Amino acid sequence: MFDTTSPLPPLPGVGYKPQHYSAIHNDPAPVGWFEVHAENYMGDGGRPLAQLRALSDRFPISVHGVGLSIGGPDRLDAEHLARLKHLVGWLNPASFSEHLAWSTHDSAFLNDLLPLPYTPATLARVCDHVDEVQEALGRRMLLENPSSYLAFAESTLDETDFLNEVVRRTGCGLLLDVNNVFVSATNLGYSPQDYIARFPMAAVGEIHLAGHDEDHDDFGAPLLIDSHGREVADPVWALLDMVLDRAGPLPLLIEWDNDVPDWPVLAAEAARAAGALARLTA
Amino acid sequence: MSYTLKSAALVGAVAAAIAATGAHADEMAQEKCYGVSLAGENDCAAGPGTTCAGTSTVDYQGNAWTLVDAGTCTEIELPEMADGTARMGSLDALERDLPMDS
Amino acid sequence: MASHAETGFRTALLRGDAPVPKGLTDGAGRPAGRRFNVYRNNVAVALREALEVGFPAVAKLIGPENFARAAGMFLRAHPPASPLMMHYGAGFPEFLERLEALRGIGYLGDVARMELALRQSYHAADAPALDATRLAGMDEAALMRARLVPAPALRLLRSDWPVLSIYRFTMEPGQPKPPARAEAVVITRPDFDPLPHLLPPGGAGFLAALIKGGTFGAAVETAGPDFDLSATLSLLLQQGAFSDLLTD
Repeated sequence: MFDTTSPLPPLPGVGYKPQHYSAIHNDPAPVGWFEVHAENYMGDGGRPLAQLRALSDRFPISVHGVGLSIGGPDRLDAEHLARLKHLVGWLNPASFSEHLAWSTHDSAFLNDLLPLPYTPATLARVCDHVDEVQEALGRRMLLENPSSYLAFAESTLDETDFLNEVVRRTGCGLLLDVNNVFVSATNLGYSPQDYIARFPMAAVGEIHLAGHDEDHDDFGAPLLIDSHGREVADPVWALLDMVLDRAGPLPLLIEWDNDVPDWPVLAAEAARAAGALARLTA
Repeated sequence: MSYTLKSAALVGAVAAAIAATGAHADEMAQEKCYGVSLAGENDCAAGPGTTCAGTSTVDYQGNAWTLVDAGTCTEIELPEMADGTARMGSLDALERDLPMDS
Repeated sequence: MASHAETGFRTALLRGDAPVPKGLTDGAGRPAGRRFNVYRNNVAVALREALEVGFPAVAKLIGPENFARAAGMFLRAHPPASPLMMHYGAGFPEFLERLEALRGIGYLGDVARMELALRQSYHAADAPALDATRLAGMDEAALMRARLVPAPALRLLRSDWPVLSIYRFTMEPGQPKPPARAEAVVITRPDFDPLPHLLPPGGAGFLAALIKGGTFGAAVETAGPDFDLSATLSLLLQQGAFSDLLTD
């Protein structure tokens, strides 16, 4: 339905942090592309935009939004959508993605990706919002599966069925966060392998990988937190192999947002992602 | 202040400004000060230290409480200013005009 | 259009004393219980930390416990109105000034205003600095009628307190104790880093008049008898405080 002019390459990418600007400038290997959070580049000017312009001269860029509140009951924030259109307009990124989640309600932005029930009503709402975003931006977007800490009793659809239906109705693509699959499956007691097996893999345009923390709920059951503050866990790498076996090579993003390490640590994670891609052609 | 004085001041100011060249080799990369770049970053992770413990369940209500564990303000002594009244003669009528519209 | 569970979710997020909303489970039919706290903590802790990072001098001045308390009250009363976290906390200076417990620290609001202004300046639009030689060739009458256009990143803060000295004493090791005086601060951004400077005598009145769109001549007249035009103009031109010169 919409053209993406130059999609992300099937290489390792890293979430861009300004403190790595010099290191990336000197030696980006093995990273082939970068992702930025849209909202951090919606200021009027200054160093953030100058750095992003310079970065986009050398690398494909993925713009990843965290503020549209696509899963929320409110109408999309027209002002925010206009800001996004402006950013995507001048930057012309290789990809734009957002979350199956909400963050704004009654005009308050809560700075978190919050969960929604999966029902025919929320499915219709999400599809309307995705349509509106794709119309405004004039391009196909990717929608990301969330990490969940609880479930809504009123949900009647599986997350994979829900996402499959959003793809069918809107023509959008999907961003598959493999850590989120592992976190949600552990937290809600289902099989991450079954989830991967059911996921509409043909729609996937990008993979996310990140580290998580471990906690426990009231009953002593494991509760994983999507902290993005450490290395990707081994079971998540194993799930990634399963995804790539089904889907073929894809852009793999390392996300690290808390306790951000020096560049070599991120480059090492990216190298491990490169190894997972290389395994496919070995 | 006569126009001549203003003119002399202006010439000096302009000369000084021209002398200060604006070459900044590494300006794109190096944050020089204050960490303002880190303030207000959006991301999509659970916040630092997020757990399911009730760390945010203390509901802060009422605007009066007793200061505890005060920081460096205890080292600052401004005795003649502590009553909150205006002071310093010629400057006491200044209005605040920040943030400016732009 | 929101379901009961969704509305309950939103309401309980920012209220630590509210019970966990009904209709939330662990995925196996048991009540969600403290799983809900992951979201509750994430919202409150992340907003509080955003304020800590945005107002580091205020945090050091009143200490971490008092800051957490003030920030916790603020974020519940004033959650962000926009998804741009770079703008969060615009109302924090006024909020601090209204807190009874902090009333004894009269300068706190102005220190917060300065930190906010530094952040605003950092994200302001780019504009090439005015070429100072454009002033050199003007005759006096033309100069007096001309208008200097402030750069988008320029900010002016006039305080009854030694706000810049307090800020430096708090943030930079080895700085002297603040003297008892009023200070006017101009924030410039010659490249990408906002820099606060103390304005010479009369400089604040002069700059405020220019910011309001007044002519050079009117700004000089406004500045007062102790105005140091040379020092003020040198500072402002060297720092790229202006982006243009409008002549008639």
